[in-house]
Amino acid sequence: MKVNVGVTVNGKKVTAEVEARTLLVQFLRDHLELTGTHVGCDTSQCGACVVHVDGKAIKSCTILAAQCEGTNVVTIEGLADGDTLHPMQEAFRDNHGLQCGFCTPGMVMAAVDLVTRHPQPNEELVRERLEGNLCRCTGYHNIVKSVVAGAEAMAR
Amino acid sequence: MYDFIYHRATSIGGAQSTFKSSDDPVYLAGGMTLLPTMKLRLANPSDVIDIGQLDGLTGVERSGDEIVVKAMTTHDEVAASADIATAIPALGSLADSIGDPHVRNRGTIGGSIANNDPAADYPAALVGLGSVVVTTSREIEADGFFTNMFETALEPDELITAVRFRIPEAACYMKFPNPASRYALVGVMVARTNDGVRVAVTGAGPCVFRVSEMETALTADFKPEAIAGIPVATDGLNSDIHAGSEYRAHLVGVMAARAVAACS
Repeated sequence: MKVNVGVTVNGKKVTAEVEARTLLVQFLRDHLELTGTHVGCDTSQCGACVVHVDGKAIKSCTILAAQCEGTNVVTIEGLADGDTLHPMQEAFRDNHGLQCGFCTPGMVMAAVDLVTRHPQPNEELVRERLEGNLCRCTGYHNIVKSVVAGAEAMAR
Repeated sequence: MYDFIYHRATSIGGAQSTFKSSDDPVYLAGGMTLLPTMKLRLANPSDVIDIGQLDGLTGVERSGDEIVVKAMTTHDEVAASADIATAIPALGSLADSIGDPHVRNRGTIGGSIANNDPAADYPAALVGLGSVVVTTSREIEADGFFTNMFETALEPDELITAVRFRIPEAACYMKFPNPASRYALVGVMVARTNDGVRVAVTGAGPCVFRVSEMETALTADFKPEAIAGIPVATDGLNSDIHAGSEYRAHLVGVMAARAVAACS
């Protein structure tokens, strides 16, 4: 069955006819060609697919595109301001917060939501609140460092 | 995922009439269990009725000696509620321990309890706190709501609209999470109320259950030592690669004692 979906993605209104079973991540990657959002585990565990829906970090592999009707979706492609990286992206670069980079889009989107809720997170809180994001390069130490630094940069 | 017919409900009545006229329908709340199940092709509903955009089904209210949580309130909203933090902090911290932050942004209390996963946290909260499930047609005591593994007292088309939690004198939830999945191997809610102590256990058995011997002992003397010698029978408890039934039975006592210590 086909359904019509109308969402705002990174500030642009998008309407499309998709199969009802289309997941948001498939809609973003296959229909809109926004391939920055990754599919890692496809079982709501790894967090590589995290995007913001109406300001909240969610796993886009576990939501239908149809459920997002009328919402405002922000992906990793929507964070930077032109050529100027978002402070959290810059913090990941400065602190070597990535190795292979596969988990990074989800990590950054999760981190931005985390800092919105907890503007000055300490290392312990960051580790706890990144529970839903897995990095298989064993790179957590620098990811945590990046999030703490990104939070400080976002406050400036 | 198999194909299905998608319906976006615009009213509770409309959702129910779509349900009744469909072949093999299912309601979709937050989808944190249903969608993974459908993706694995373990479920193949003919019709998915999305109740996520219905008005009036979210929010937390304090009403006298009760906290009322509307059915589509997310775990994150329960965890962030100032009313709950004041009246039943154990409920807020329980919600904050479900899944991960992104799952808590989507998963709902109504969806969780309607699913009645044996390792879900909310069943322990509802039974431990002596709550009432409010539906489109009636009110159901939590003790009679959770009937078996993944089974509840709900009729097929019946929708949960809210849960009413009695505010206890003190309550605490202690969970021993599986180190990988973070689901409760055993979770115990202990609540001291004006008509006695309640002890509700999730994760250990196929369905949430109360431990009456512990409740009697704690009602007489609300101290961890009061339940130190009370054994939990292993009959009917879950036994899998993560933990045997004896291990789970032992954990029930340990988690219950920790919960009592934390709220006394």
